[in-house]
Amino acid sequence: MTLVLPSPARVAPAAGRRLLLERFTGLGFALPALALLVLTILAPLAVLVVLSATNYEFGAVDMDWVGLGNFQKALADPIIRRSLLNTLIYVAIVVPGGVLGGLLIAVLVHRRGKMRSVYEVIYFLPVTSTLIAMATVWQFLLHPSLGPINGLIKWLGFAPVAFLSEPTTALATLAVIGVWQILGFNMILFLAGLTAIPRDLYEAADIDGCSGGIDRFLTITWPLLGPTTMFVVITTMITAFKIFDTVAVMTRGGPVGSTEVLLYNIYLEGFQYFHTGYAAALTFIFLAVILLFSAAQTFSLDKKVHY
Amino acid sequence: MATVALSSIAKSFGPTRVLGGVDLDIADGEFLTLVGPSGCGKSTMIRIIAGLEHQDSGSVAIGGQGVDHLRPHERRVAMVFQSYALYPHMSVRQNIALPLTMSRLRLWQRLPLLRQLSPGRREAMRAIQADVAAVAAQLQLEQLLDRKPAQLSGGQRQRVALGRAMVRSPDVFLMDEPLSNLDAKLRVHMRTELAELHKRLGATFVYVTHDQVEAMTMSDRVAMMDSGMILQLGTPSQLYEKPASLKVAQFIGSPAINLLPATVAAGGRLELFGRPLALSVAPEAGQAVTLGVRPEALALVQGEPGGTGSAWFSARLRRKENLGSEYILHFELAGRDASGVSMRVSPAIAASVSEAAELALGFDEAACHVFDAQGQRIEPRGQGSATASVVPLRA
Repeated sequence: MTLVLPSPARVAPAAGRRLLLERFTGLGFALPALALLVLTILAPLAVLVVLSATNYEFGAVDMDWVGLGNFQKALADPIIRRSLLNTLIYVAIVVPGGVLGGLLIAVLVHRRGKMRSVYEVIYFLPVTSTLIAMATVWQFLLHPSLGPINGLIKWLGFAPVAFLSEPTTALATLAVIGVWQILGFNMILFLAGLTAIPRDLYEAADIDGCSGGIDRFLTITWPLLGPTTMFVVITTMITAFKIFDTVAVMTRGGPVGSTEVLLYNIYLEGFQYFHTGYAAALTFIFLAVILLFSAAQTFSLDKKVHY
Repeated sequence: MATVALSSIAKSFGPTRVLGGVDLDIADGEFLTLVGPSGCGKSTMIRIIAGLEHQDSGSVAIGGQGVDHLRPHERRVAMVFQSYALYPHMSVRQNIALPLTMSRLRLWQRLPLLRQLSPGRREAMRAIQADVAAVAAQLQLEQLLDRKPAQLSGGQRQRVALGRAMVRSPDVFLMDEPLSNLDAKLRVHMRTELAELHKRLGATFVYVTHDQVEAMTMSDRVAMMDSGMILQLGTPSQLYEKPASLKVAQFIGSPAINLLPATVAAGGRLELFGRPLALSVAPEAGQAVTLGVRPEALALVQGEPGGTGSAWFSARLRRKENLGSEYILHFELAGRDASGVSMRVSPAIAASVSEAAELALGFDEAACHVFDAQGQRIEPRGQGSATASVVPLRA
């Protein structure tokens, strides 16, 4: 950051002193914010980068410099590869499910009269509840022999499904719980976006012959929700990438590694096996992936969005 | 082209009665203005004609056909909104084209992805673009077709809204306060443009405004509304020269009509501030009536007032208001609670009087309006003629 100021030599000494004073006053005001930024974000990041290049183990008295060794190990590690793939699959289910589901509910709830606030509260409840607490409820609901969901499946004449202990269904089941958790939050965001669309536009559309539900949605609602949608997609994606709690309490990465996700592996390496250096490298990879996806989304969507 | 007929339209929003059984027949090709204070029901009425609101009772017919069961776009009406309601994410071209793409393309020809595959779409789009270009040329919008509404000035947006209405060549144009978001100068200009557009298109215009100047300057007929009823329907000059009620008289005309309290003496003869007038009313008019005198019907009395047959009263000049080509003189009536009196005079007459002077104001009884205690117009009997002591308006 450079400030273009007149050189003190060319202005009168008094004016030069004043400019210098102003410059220091400005820096003085910026200093507290800068210090906070460094202490809370930049310094931990720097520590992370340094640690990721070492073989430091938590509690150890010394450590060795390993360079990019941790990254090479991570990329070659089949567990990490699988957890990265699982995370991407999870995101690929939760983002469309959470965004489109939230949009659908918002559109349905939006035009309700008195019932609107009731629906809002109902759909928002999962957001306010702790997922770890709700996970026990889900575990009961999905239980192969005791759960009411399997009770229904059996009543309909199908074989019961062991949702969480079957490698083929476990990750998808967690993704459905993830969608359930985020739906209400996205609905609130979309409702705010819908409220901001002037009623006049729908009336003009009515007169212009654009009165069918599909036409109205495609001509007015969807384009004008563009900024909201972009925000919702990116926040949902970041939330989905951070999938951890349901895995930690419901499946612990199992069965046979089918629900191992990146953040859960970082937790295992860092806090169970105390491979701090390796965990730091994994965290670095995790952050890079999120950054990459967010940037790609922003740049690709930004051009299509009307503000 | 079509007539519009409303018969006993009533509408309530919850407990609030907005329209109380309104009848109105609008002729083919007529420019009819609904004018009135805010909350009088004029906007609700135009929205009922458009089909955006549904009346509780009564029926609407356009071109002799009942349209109560039709959706807004099936009624062959176009509407210009106060906010213009342009689609902000579409270019001017797309905005104007939208009514045509909706009516000429089938649903699957409008859907994303699918539309590229549909046969005949290209020809239809070409015809639509030609129609859009024709409308744009009429409104001088050719240079702006690729802009978004946010990049346009208020007047340009107004013209785009008009273009979107015109492109379908509707039978009836409905305009809901279309000029109230423009600045004063542009509003005057757009009044002329709208009146010319009406002449050129020959369509029926129904225009809603709270501005009596717009109503007076553009319309063939004006319907003055208040509290969900039409108080008077007539040409602008009928409303100005023969207001049916006190409310109409007060609303139409600027500066507003002067209202003076008069009493009914024996034999129905009217007295103003204790002096008899050459006017009398039927005895059923009651004890007190209101006299309405337009600001241009007042004149300064020269010499000794009170000659035979001359109506006059005295007032103190409070303020002179210079409008350039004329002055408005504001008077207060000494010792009376009646609100002030204003008078339209030429600059020469204004220069001849000084502020705070006590002056005698005369008027021609033939030019004044009489309203009974209920505010209804009554026709007085035996009107006196103008007297020689009244100075003509333009000296």
